[in-house]
Amino acid sequence: MNKVQNNRAWWLILPMLLLVAFSAIIPLMTVVNYSVQDVFDANTRFFTGTEWFKEMLNDPALQAAVLRQFAFSLTVLAIEVPLGIGIALIMPKRGWQASAVLILVTMPLLIPWNVVGSIWQIFTRGDIGLMGWSLRELGYGYNITASPVDAWATIILMDVWHWTPLIALLCYSGLRSIPDAYYQAARIDRASQWAVFRHIQLPKLTNVLVIGVLLRFMHSFMIYAEPFVLTGGGPGSSTTFLSQSLTTMAIGQQDLGPSAAFSLIYFLIILLVSWVFYTAIMNMQKDKKQEGA
Amino acid sequence: MTDSLIGTPDAVRKHAATTAARRRRKSRSALLKWRRRGLMAAYIVFVLLPIYWLLNMSFQSNTEILGGLTLWPENFTTEHYVKIFTNANWYMGYVNSITYVLMNMVISIAVALPAAYAFSRYQFIGDKHLFFWLLTNLMAPPAVFLLPYFQLYYTVGLFDTHIAVALAHCLFNIPLAVWILEGFMSSVPKEIDETAFIDGYSFPKFFVKIFIPMISSGIGVTLFFLFMFSWVELLLASTLTATNAQPIASVMTQTKGASGIDWGTLAAAGALTILPGIVVVYFVRNHIAKGFALGRT
Amino acid sequence: MAEIALKSLAHSYLPNPTKPGDYAIREMNHVWQQGGAYALLGPSGCGKSTLLNIISGLLEPSSGEVLFDGERVNSLPPEARNIAQVFQFPVVYDTMTVYDNLAFPLRNVKTPEDRVHERVMEVADALELTPHLKRKAKNLSADEKQKVSMGRGLVRDDVSAILFDEPLTVIDPQLKWKLRRKLKEIHQRFEITMVYVTHDQLEASTFADKIAVMYEGQVVQFGTPRELFEAPNHTFVGYFIGSPGMNFIDVSLRNGRVMAGETELHIGREIAKALQDVRTTNVKLGIRPEFIEVHDTAVEGSMAVDVEHVQDLGTYSILYLKLGETSLKARIEEEQDAPVGKAYLRFPNDRVGLYVDEFRVEVPHE
Repeated sequence: MNKVQNNRAWWLILPMLLLVAFSAIIPLMTVVNYSVQDVFDANTRFFTGTEWFKEMLNDPALQAAVLRQFAFSLTVLAIEVPLGIGIALIMPKRGWQASAVLILVTMPLLIPWNVVGSIWQIFTRGDIGLMGWSLRELGYGYNITASPVDAWATIILMDVWHWTPLIALLCYSGLRSIPDAYYQAARIDRASQWAVFRHIQLPKLTNVLVIGVLLRFMHSFMIYAEPFVLTGGGPGSSTTFLSQSLTTMAIGQQDLGPSAAFSLIYFLIILLVSWVFYTAIMNMQKDKKQEGA
Repeated sequence: MTDSLIGTPDAVRKHAATTAARRRRKSRSALLKWRRRGLMAAYIVFVLLPIYWLLNMSFQSNTEILGGLTLWPENFTTEHYVKIFTNANWYMGYVNSITYVLMNMVISIAVALPAAYAFSRYQFIGDKHLFFWLLTNLMAPPAVFLLPYFQLYYTVGLFDTHIAVALAHCLFNIPLAVWILEGFMSSVPKEIDETAFIDGYSFPKFFVKIFIPMISSGIGVTLFFLFMFSWVELLLASTLTATNAQPIASVMTQTKGASGIDWGTLAAAGALTILPGIVVVYFVRNHIAKGFALGRT
Repeated sequence: MAEIALKSLAHSYLPNPTKPGDYAIREMNHVWQQGGAYALLGPSGCGKSTLLNIISGLLEPSSGEVLFDGERVNSLPPEARNIAQVFQFPVVYDTMTVYDNLAFPLRNVKTPEDRVHERVMEVADALELTPHLKRKAKNLSADEKQKVSMGRGLVRDDVSAILFDEPLTVIDPQLKWKLRRKLKEIHQRFEITMVYVTHDQLEASTFADKIAVMYEGQVVQFGTPRELFEAPNHTFVGYFIGSPGMNFIDVSLRNGRVMAGETELHIGREIAKALQDVRTTNVKLGIRPEFIEVHDTAVEGSMAVDVEHVQDLGTYSILYLKLGETSLKARIEEEQDAPVGKAYLRFPNDRVGLYVDEFRVEVPHE
């Protein structure tokens, strides 16, 4: 669509801008301000320059947390994206079953994140939880408070339970936009199921998948409440992700300077990775516009 | 075409081949159908099992819960629900949560609609940068803003109010709403606007009477997402409140007492937080199927 | 190769159809011969797309049989039927090149690559797609996309019929005739049965040797464009074919005279004779506007009419006339001056058709 050049459009944006500025720019300034100072109390502070940033970047505990965070995000993406596509492909397309399945599949997305943690805490406990108890009955010494492997596996399973529906719904919606004629033509062309998926369904899903991957990356990178409730970051610090490290540092230890520097680094990592995806989306839309022209 | 000409004996062979193919196909497609259903059922069980377990716990007394694993409540009790509905501390948690979620939805959609319209229709100085900056807010971890928010809202005297949480959630909900709505609005042809203006509609009248009805399913999907992200967020909501506007999510932490965790009440409170979500999905279920792709397929 | 026969075929989208209106296709028999170019013409909703989908196997008919060369194929899926179909909106595989699109149906059945190449090149040449072979299909224009989807049918040497479901809907008007001519050319070159569904009589008559006109789920006439024009079998065909459509006059027999309301028609006696045997009140006479003779003065056997309006269309004019209570249209060529106020009509005997209960009845001429 060719847009009209009109700077009065700023008036339409203004209310939104004021609100977002209030909730984003002012707090961010505070963070930047803290990140270059050492604050003792309300009246005593020193300018420290980039010292906090250097300290944070060289902190082995934080480096480990960043790696852990990437490992977690990539793992859940690797599981949730294919699984979500698969679910979308087998979801019923019409009738009451379609509505029922849709509602059931969406359910985990609308549960408060700490309740998700609680649900899985109850579900996996060795004494009262169905899963934990069953695994122990089967002879596996399942224990998320002692075994990092168990803790990791459980958190990933929880995340898959919690967020696969998002990918599935995005894909389901994308699949619904494919006209019947495409499937009919493919049948006449004697295409196999795999060929239909590869050449008709997957191309139609690329746009929604970029959105899905972007959202999933962002949210998994910010994960806080679910592992905090389920494992508290343990055993040790094996499931302590970035948000939890940051919260502990800022609220728990009141290390304002270092935590502010850490915040900015954290934010920049997400921005950088997301920017790559954003560019991809924009390029794809450019292609689409050319095609329409 | 010539090399596929078939003589009479071939016709017989072909007939046999096609009947065989038909039989194979029939049995294969039936098999596929059942495999599909089986896999779907397995996934639904996977989704429902942890929720079932939560419900199971919520209808058991704490003695029964701790006394040993039972697959369903043997001594069915609603004592935990009664406790929640008779204790103002508990049920006000729900009221508080729903209050700030609704406030946030109203604020977000009200400022996002004109902004999204501007992005989808006009070109203006700095539009692309602004849009990108908006999206970056979607990527800001709430944990980063925890401390500054606390200080900001404390300073302006909004600490422990519903509006504080509603405004804080605007951080990610307004950009999200602008982004989703922009996608839906861009799929409405611009000629519609031009025709309306030629017909003498003023901008506000056109926007409310013509444009908004045209993107109603987009607005439905946007509201769904606004509800979802405001309802599920806990970190900011519990940091910015103490007693008056405390969300249900942080009331739930009270189940951790000196004598251990009150599992039954925790489960009942958790089960009740699922309900509003189900109501919302039920209302938008028909829009979800198509609109979840956010106008970007 | 295939002759496609439909035997007492009927289809309903409802599980328990009771009245005729429940059927998308009412019971019908029909034969498409091998190698013919056919059109299936009718207004939207008359069941033509349903019929097409039954032939290609996308739909299974509720009753009756679909026979390919006498063999029943009702339950054969489309992939086993050796039929290709071109849809209303172009279906191409966006991410593939034109070459890969054309090769797709062959590769799906594991055809050797050198054979694939040979066929693709041949078909691309016939469709003038050779310069585009390396382009991504999604960047093609609508008419090129339609050619690609047709090409996917042509590359298969087992395809015996191609079905077209209003394939020119999304094509620019100036390209339509070009593509239509291409279709005709392809038909001659590949000797393939083609069935072309459309609601446009011009498209149908320029493409097809024989046209089947469908109305309310039935084929009401199957014939050459000329037969449809000169002797429509059914009043609907009369209305639908020609521009303007056929005139129909409600008539009755009174005292041996043929009456249109209160006005007597001057018309051959054999019609009056034929009317004596008719037992229903639904009787019409049909005559094409082109075949009505218009005179300025009374001639033998003419009827006086009022000229209400003249529409000048350049090379010819349409006269809107009133014969008693009955409205008529007549067409005169530009060399004839349009009459003013009054005119005198004569109906040539061999051009008047008798329609009883909407169907044409042959009247023996003396």
